[in-house]
Amino acid sequence: MPKLNSAAELEKYRAEILAKRDPAKPCIAVCAGAACDGMDSAAVAAAFVAEVAKSAGKLGDKIEIRTTGCHGYCEKGPNVVAGPNDVCYFEVQPTDVPEIIAATLKGEVVERLVYKDPNTGAKAVHMSEVPFYKHQTRLLIGDNPKIDPMKIDDYFAVGGYAALVKALTTMTPDQVLDEVKKANLRGRGGGGFPAGSKWETTKNAPEKTKYVIVNGHEGESAAFMDRAMLTGNPHKILEGLIIGAYAIGAQKGFMYTRHDMPLLEKHVRQALAQAKEYGLLGQNILGSGFDFECELHFDVGIFVSGESSALMRSIEGNAPEPRPKYIRTSVNGIWDKPSNLNNVETWANVPQIINKGADWFTSIGSEKSKGTKLISLSGNVVNSGIVEVPMGTPLRTLVFDIGGGVRDGKTLKAIHFGGAMGGSIPADLIDAPLDFDGMSKLGAPIGAGGLLLMDEDTDMIEVARYLMDFLVNESCGKCVPCREGMQQMLQILTRLTEGEGKKGDLELLEDLIEVTGVASLCALGKTSGDPLKSMFRYFKPEYESRIANTAAGSEAK
Amino acid sequence: MSDIVLTIDGKEVKAKAGMTVLQAAKQEGIHIPTLCHHEKLEAFGGCRLCMVEVEARGWTSYVVSCVYPVAKDIVVRTRSEKVDKIRKVLVEELMAHAPDAPELIKLAEEYGADRNRFERDASFCIVCGLCVRYCNEVKQKNAVGFIDNGARREISFIPEVAKKECWDCQECFTICPTSYAQAAYLLTEALAFPGQRKKIKAEKPLQPRSRVIPIMPAPVTT
Repeated sequence: MPKLNSAAELEKYRAEILAKRDPAKPCIAVCAGAACDGMDSAAVAAAFVAEVAKSAGKLGDKIEIRTTGCHGYCEKGPNVVAGPNDVCYFEVQPTDVPEIIAATLKGEVVERLVYKDPNTGAKAVHMSEVPFYKHQTRLLIGDNPKIDPMKIDDYFAVGGYAALVKALTTMTPDQVLDEVKKANLRGRGGGGFPAGSKWETTKNAPEKTKYVIVNGHEGESAAFMDRAMLTGNPHKILEGLIIGAYAIGAQKGFMYTRHDMPLLEKHVRQALAQAKEYGLLGQNILGSGFDFECELHFDVGIFVSGESSALMRSIEGNAPEPRPKYIRTSVNGIWDKPSNLNNVETWANVPQIINKGADWFTSIGSEKSKGTKLISLSGNVVNSGIVEVPMGTPLRTLVFDIGGGVRDGKTLKAIHFGGAMGGSIPADLIDAPLDFDGMSKLGAPIGAGGLLLMDEDTDMIEVARYLMDFLVNESCGKCVPCREGMQQMLQILTRLTEGEGKKGDLELLEDLIEVTGVASLCALGKTSGDPLKSMFRYFKPEYESRIANTAAGSEAK
Repeated sequence: MSDIVLTIDGKEVKAKAGMTVLQAAKQEGIHIPTLCHHEKLEAFGGCRLCMVEVEARGWTSYVVSCVYPVAKDIVVRTRSEKVDKIRKVLVEELMAHAPDAPELIKLAEEYGADRNRFERDASFCIVCGLCVRYCNEVKQKNAVGFIDNGARREISFIPEVAKKECWDCQECFTICPTSYAQAAYLLTEALAFPGQRKKIKAEKPLQPRSRVIPIMPAPVTT
């Protein structure tokens, strides 16, 4: 494929792709997301390919087989969606393949493989009817079943890079920045900081060399949506990044992501190579005069390397230790140059803001949190998976309507957000809306979006111990309060779970939470006590009675 | 460049742009405790003992003075209830590792720290990194480095480098607040190149040592 030298050439190429594709042609999309892959969806995909091959060319024209990124409904994998009318098949095995192909060609449905309500037995055939999907607004992840992440053409076919064309040909960098600011896009990585203001800081920094970075480290426990986006639709994030670089005036970008996911690496490498081949990266992009390169970089396997300054140290080639600087990385980042870092999901939101405008974007979501949010649902939930809902959606919708409630008919005890640096709220706050500020006030900040359900049997002390154990292992160990404070908290919590709590333990923990929270160098240490803080707020009697019981026990001895 | 005027402990202080709060305070004779700070080394911000309270534009925050740059009209308090509490707990945490380190004993007296508050783990090293950074930044030998992360982080001499470089230097021994650097070196020597110093001494008995005067006086036990 020759390089696309202008916006017109890109649109012509897109028209050619679309002309070759018949929207009515049956298409089978086999999910190859991490969860489905773990359930051997590769064998299912191979069975589909083999079945088509067996027909000696007869089926090749009539049906298309596509291996795609994560569809979202991880609980019921391997997932298969049969087009053109999106029939959802769950828990598909290679032996089901001939039946699915035959039914799809005839426009029929394999009834035994569609969704059945566990309580009523009612069936749901199409994606729009399956309860898990029905209550979602899938603006970001919705394209996943339509795209083979290895093929840039698939991304063009769903309107990919149209936002880049619009930005480069009809907007000035300032206009792009204004649009993102007006959209009030807030960082999806955890802080909820307005992306537009961050961009502006880097844009206005005096240095000429500037960098933009995709933070795809996603180290937060129980969060797995960023890797699903990056693996399933890498071009969407890349398009957002290029648009951002144009607005900011950056010449170079970095995709910083996980070293431990071979499929992710393969897809991102392919996406970068294809984007370069088509002239969407490199010199004079689409004839606009804008130059931009993007490099892939891998994490070093500890949680703290996702912290902005540690991540930048890592890209420089140094140990991923946070930098003790009071100048923001947006002004003084990689090699002391202004560097704008945003999370995968933040970048993924950029193309649609440019395409449809800030007014459209702000019409979705709550008053102060706009757009949709990807949530990883896991824990004691019936339907685990990746979910996308508008900001402001009540947690009840997430947990019950989409998540299907608590597993094994048990009662909900707590909802945990934000992984090891988040917090737990009790079940009676289930009607709280999903909102950056609201959830922070409740003590369970959304963080990157990992939602963990805990049932009645959950030992909240063990949860706190588990999360602290995670952080102790992930800390870099540079500063005293994080290294020593967390280790001491872990020891106390371990004693508590082993029934060896002492009087004064809670006061000691409170002191440690306070000092570690104020004195630590980076956010890892600063927020390490947050889960514990939320537990003291909502579940303190559980801690007190555990200590009282053991104290009484030891006195009796 | 014109002076920046700020307030430290109620006193109006003049400082040059680019200076840290710690430097500005020191210049005025105001003492802020530090453990990982060294004038010849780049600020590390690891021990967090030099935390101070800063009031800027109506906001109070807690910052490490060894890194925080001076700014116009900020109000710095080097002691407050909260600052003292932070220092007390940090010293207590470190004393779990090095209960008899003279500097820590002095700090414990000053801030009312209880050396037995936390469960002991007598590793003797407080991982201030002075040895590692001094060897890297001043001597540029990298004979000693950090290994592992989190609570497992420790310093370790690299035998191949230490064998060549350390016998004639040993400057890190004098800046180590707990003497652990010396112990770690001697262990490395005993395991990897035993008897080296004795042998060298025997071979070059009259060689004067090209040793730099200790930067910080070795701490005295009170």
